[in-house]
Amino acid sequence: MSGSLDSYLILSGLLFAIGTFGFLGRRNAISMLMSIELMLNAVNLTIIAFGAFVKPLNVHASVIALIVIAVAAAEATVGLAIVMAIYRNKKTPLVDEYDSMSE
Amino acid sequence: MPIGQTLPFTAVRWDDVLFVVLAIMLLGSALLVVTMRDIIRCGLAMIASFASLAGIYVLLGNPLIAATQVLVYIGAISILVLFAIMLTQTKNAPTRLVFQTQAWVGAIAAVAIAAIIAGTVLTTTWPSTGAVAWTATSDIATMLFSQYVLPFEAVSVLLTAAVVGGVLLARREPPAGKEDRS
Repeated sequence: MSGSLDSYLILSGLLFAIGTFGFLGRRNAISMLMSIELMLNAVNLTIIAFGAFVKPLNVHASVIALIVIAVAAAEATVGLAIVMAIYRNKKTPLVDEYDSMSE
Repeated sequence: MPIGQTLPFTAVRWDDVLFVVLAIMLLGSALLVVTMRDIIRCGLAMIASFASLAGIYVLLGNPLIAATQVLVYIGAISILVLFAIMLTQTKNAPTRLVFQTQAWVGAIAAVAIAAIIAGTVLTTTWPSTGAVAWTATSDIATMLFSQYVLPFEAVSVLLTAAVVGGVLLARREPPAGKEDRS
C-alpha cells in the first residue's frame, strides 16, 4: 500500500476535499485560512508523491515543494494581517457579517 | 538487533503500517480542523495534521521536505494562526453557529471533488516506478542554486514584500489621525 502512487494521490485528494469543505462551510475567517493551508498541504503531498515515484521528477519535485511552502508562508502572513485589519474595523471574525457592501 | 521489513510473525510491511496510521491521523485531524466548534482546538488539530504530513514525507523518502514542514508549518505558520485566533476571538464566538447556512452545498462540492480525484487516479495509468526513491538533500541543493536560482530569488523578494505588507496591514492607525475609528 505504501509502495503505490495511487494511495498517496487518493490521500491527498481526500485532504484537499476536506479543505474545500472547510473553506466553503466555515463562518470564521481564520478557519477559512486554516482550510486553505490544508489544501496547500494536499497539493504539496501530490508533488512530493510524484517526485518519489517518477524518477525524472525526483529532485525537481522537492524544489517545487520548497517554493510552494515559502509562498504558503507569505500567503498566511498577508491573509492573517488582512483578517486582523478587518477585525479592528468590524469587531467580528465571522465572514457573513462583513456585509457593508450590500447595505 | 535490527527490526525486519515486516511485522513479527506476519507478512505486513512496516511501511504499510506506518502509512495507514499516519493517513488516519492526517485525515482525522483535518476533519477535526474543519468541524470543531472551538477554534483554538481547530488550530491545535491543524498542528497535528501538519505533523502527520511530515511523517508521510519521511515515508516518501524526502527528509528535507519533512524537516521544512516541521520548521515552517509547525514552527511558524501554526504560531501565526494561533496568535491571530487569540487576537480576534470575541467571548460569544465559540457558542455561536460554526457553519454558514449554505454549508451543505460546500459539503456536496467537497464530496464531488473527492470522487472526481479518486476516479481520475484509479482510472489513469501513472508512469510510476512502484517503489519510493529517496531524494538526496545535496541533489536538491545543487538543483535549487543552479537551475532554479531565479525562482528562488523571486520567492525571497515575495517573502520580503509579504512581511512588509503584513506589518503595514496589521499596524494600528497613527493616533494623530482625526478619523473616527469605531
